[in-house]
Amino acid sequence: MMNPLKHLFGIADMDREQIEYLVNLGHSFIDINRRPLKKAPTLRGKTVINLFFENSTRTRTSFEIAGKRLSADVINISAATSATKKGESLLDTGQTLAAMQPHVLVIRHSISGTCEFLAEYLDNTAIVNAGDGAHEHPTQILTDLLTLKQTWGSPEGKIITMVGDIAHSRVARSHLLAAKKLGYTMRIVAPKTLLPAEVERYGCEVYYDIDEALPGSDAVYMLRVQTERLTDSCAFPSVREYHEAYGLNMQRLKTAGDDCLVLHPGPMNRGVEIATDVADSVKSHILAQVEHGVAIRMAVLAALCGGEGGDES
Amino acid sequence: MSLLLIKNGHLIDPANGIDKKSDLWIEDGKVVAVGKHTGTADQTVDANGKIVCPGLIDMHVHLREPGEEWKEDIESGSRAAIAGGVTSMCCMPNTGPHIDHAGIARQIIERANQVGLCNVHPIGAVTKNLDGKELTEMRELSRAGCVAFSDDGMPIWHAGVMRKALEYSSSFGYMIIQHAEEPALTKGGCINEGWISTKLGVTGMPVEGEDSMIARDIMLTRRANAFYHVAHISSKGGVALVRAAQAEGLSVTTEAAPHHFALTEEEVLGFNVDAKMSPPLRTEEDRLAVIEGLRDGTIDVIATDHAPHHEDDKRCGLSCAAFGIVGLETMLPVSLGLVHSGILTMSDMIGKMTSKPAELLGLESGTLGLGSEADITIFDPESKWIVDRETLVSKGKNTPWHGKEMTGQVTHTIKAGRIVFENGTIHD
Repeated sequence: MMNPLKHLFGIADMDREQIEYLVNLGHSFIDINRRPLKKAPTLRGKTVINLFFENSTRTRTSFEIAGKRLSADVINISAATSATKKGESLLDTGQTLAAMQPHVLVIRHSISGTCEFLAEYLDNTAIVNAGDGAHEHPTQILTDLLTLKQTWGSPEGKIITMVGDIAHSRVARSHLLAAKKLGYTMRIVAPKTLLPAEVERYGCEVYYDIDEALPGSDAVYMLRVQTERLTDSCAFPSVREYHEAYGLNMQRLKTAGDDCLVLHPGPMNRGVEIATDVADSVKSHILAQVEHGVAIRMAVLAALCGGEGGDES
Repeated sequence: MSLLLIKNGHLIDPANGIDKKSDLWIEDGKVVAVGKHTGTADQTVDANGKIVCPGLIDMHVHLREPGEEWKEDIESGSRAAIAGGVTSMCCMPNTGPHIDHAGIARQIIERANQVGLCNVHPIGAVTKNLDGKELTEMRELSRAGCVAFSDDGMPIWHAGVMRKALEYSSSFGYMIIQHAEEPALTKGGCINEGWISTKLGVTGMPVEGEDSMIARDIMLTRRANAFYHVAHISSKGGVALVRAAQAEGLSVTTEAAPHHFALTEEEVLGFNVDAKMSPPLRTEEDRLAVIEGLRDGTIDVIATDHAPHHEDDKRCGLSCAAFGIVGLETMLPVSLGLVHSGILTMSDMIGKMTSKPAELLGLESGTLGLGSEADITIFDPESKWIVDRETLVSKGKNTPWHGKEMTGQVTHTIKAGRIVFENGTIHD
């Protein structure tokens, strides 16, 4: 028997079976999203609150659509414009919302560990991490795995080369953890200014030169670069030099081989980490990631609410 | 005239080289005899199987008064101190207002005397408002009772200001205690930088932040021929720098906090806010280097950096939680771990909490010499107990040892001949 999930904090807490279960469940939800009538009764009577303390368009929308297509009642709270502006603490906001008895609280916050912290105080509410600081972003990784599954079947033995601001990336950390559990290799590429301490202890391959890392890669995963972060922290002298050193253009992509896929968690900075011709090429699976994100979030909500595709009532 | 007899205890008084089973006699608040004495005791404490030593000195605490009395005050801090066997403590100046002028220092001493449970010696600020720019009136602060100077909590980061502070303070024989941290390297950090900070996705504070500041300060101390003390040393590199400075003959000393020799950064896993302090818990290699420094004498003193916080300041996620943990009530049993594991002798350990800090700061306490004030701690070195944050005497409940078993328990604390703490009960 698989260990049931109570919360979804991160890949760190999941075993291979749980990861594969959610990816497969997500796969089964892809179809609903393509039907003319995009509605299933799975989560009828369930309440999902999206509590976003950081700006987000795609992740919040993706969770909202996922909940609504499964018939849950979905409430969106952008905390940057609500209670927290009045000085309410994170804990009070969490407890207040939990007192309204939602089934699931989906949380994004800039503080790493927010979900683990709140879960200590909130009973009877499943918590889903929609991105916490530079810690984890599990639904993004599940989304990526579903996208890769469409082309590869299994990621085992494949090489994913991830380029960019690894130091501040929750996507990177979650992927580095997933790679170990699912048996794929992560190559990470960045200048030392954008690598976190002792990153090699994840068991990944570390490169400073993108042109050395690309050959042999089965997928290239470009991370969004926050340009203000680059220059404010002296991580990089200019966007121009960053693009020249680490940007993915068509010429570079060709060195990776014909079957290499391109991924990006969005939103993209065209002309910074990724050139437009690459972003729009047939090798780009970036929009497929967005589509699969909805299916994965449906799977996560269904799994945490105890529904598994059918109407349980 | 009242005569108190502490009988059958194992007396350890490093200041006087005593380490033997012996009775101790106290008359009118003073030590009057070790061993035999003529007279009949009015009161007797049976210390059979226990250690009897000078009242402990904690030269690094934050009492939060004036200004943040909801976290701790002089009374609650004094009560926590005696519950931990501490009868003298030095309080850091990051109060509100800061201890940067004589009036505040006098007020703190007066309040501590009113409470009457524990000696409180203020540490004066090095710079006004702890802002690292202008020196305080150190002579005036010294006359008011300050025993050393520090901007603790804030490093004195500006090299020019630090140079002047070392030169000026040492002209009058004062010691500067540095919170050694280069803010340009540690800004925004909340735990040690390394594998744990990477895994948790939080900003780290690299060990070089501590090491580089100590290295710089030692150079300035050499030029100024000053008295320099590194607060709460936590790094392997820092210990090595201090050791080399001492070998050179410089007046460089340091202290270690129990958490830095008992715990590592692993404690933070799971986003444990009660394992967040500055300097942070570091690696096993650093922990072992701190232990070696204690063993070989590089580190003279054990001091807690007792930093009580209100739970509201801790319950908000690791990266925004306040820095610091309480330490007064766990100082002795955690340090006893070094004795139980054979690293320090009982006498050496006690010396680092009594005679050594007294010597560094010129305090009269820390000794059981005849005629000295009878501040005494009696503890059972083998007694086991479980730390429960709810029953801590301090207002601060922020301890990483909640639920952990301790070996060694204070049974009596005697202040100026009066039993102020006895088997868990405080006699106000």
